[in-house]
Amino acid sequence: MTTAEVLRYTQETGDFSRLLGGIPYATFIGLQCERFGDDLIFRLPRKDSNIGNPILPAIHGGVIGGFMELSAAIYLMMSQEVLRMPRIVDFSLDYLRAGLDRETYAECRLTRQGNRVANVMITAWQKSRSQPIATARAHFLLED
Amino acid sequence: MTNNTRRDRVNRFIDTLAQSRALGLTVAEADENRLVLCLPYSEQIVGNPETGVIHGGAITTLMDTASGSVMICALPEFELCPTLDLRVDYMRPAEPHRPVYARAEAYRVTQNIIFTRCEAYQDTDKVIAHCVGTFMRIGQEATPKSFRDLIVGGEA
Repeated sequence: MTTAEVLRYTQETGDFSRLLGGIPYATFIGLQCERFGDDLIFRLPRKDSNIGNPILPAIHGGVIGGFMELSAAIYLMMSQEVLRMPRIVDFSLDYLRAGLDRETYAECRLTRQGNRVANVMITAWQKSRSQPIATARAHFLLED
Repeated sequence: MTNNTRRDRVNRFIDTLAQSRALGLTVAEADENRLVLCLPYSEQIVGNPETGVIHGGAITTLMDTASGSVMICALPEFELCPTLDLRVDYMRPAEPHRPVYARAEAYRVTQNIIFTRCEAYQDTDKVIAHCVGTFMRIGQEATPKSFRDLIVGGEA
């Protein structure tokens, strides 16, 4: 399957296994995605190798960043009619609370989509959506 | 503190982080206010299998670890400093099958906050990504003594 076919399959079925299986980094951190109606919720199940603070213990800040960054890229791919690969330009990340050693969730919002650049907001939380552990903002360049 | 001491402390610290062990991060250089870490290339962190280019998330983790460990070089005693924020600019994709280095410096250390900047590169004249960060100083006492001893341990 080409990337365009995988994307179409994912859009039609809501089964993310093929799309995510094609991205080694997604498997490396354990990223999962589920669709509820039109909404996508990204999930990062707890994983020993994601720990970056052995004392609390807490998830490595870089893994939280990578999880949010990859969530935003998949979210953007899924929201396009035709396949345009998003290329990240910049990423700004605020850590609000420690990401404890448990399952983490993320959701994305398209703030602005221009001809070539998209601005995406990402929120990550654990126990409660109303207590985010991190928020981020990313710019992507969309390439045909 | 000598550069060898700095290098040993950073090595012991990043060795306690499961994610940095999974990535295979190592210390390339450590001096008074500067730290260079190395991320080896591996298939497991690829973002796009068609090109073999590693995912930006692995570079974010490399730069977060370098920026978050440079205070070990800058401060006389070990303090764990949580990240407040990071801003990463991606200049160009990393070339496949080559390691990526991150050079971090703490350019301002105050009582409460440490300001860092970091560059990721493969060839010194071609920056892959640039990152600025702020870290909070929560004090030595916030970290258990046993963990601090582990990091500075073995020093005469």
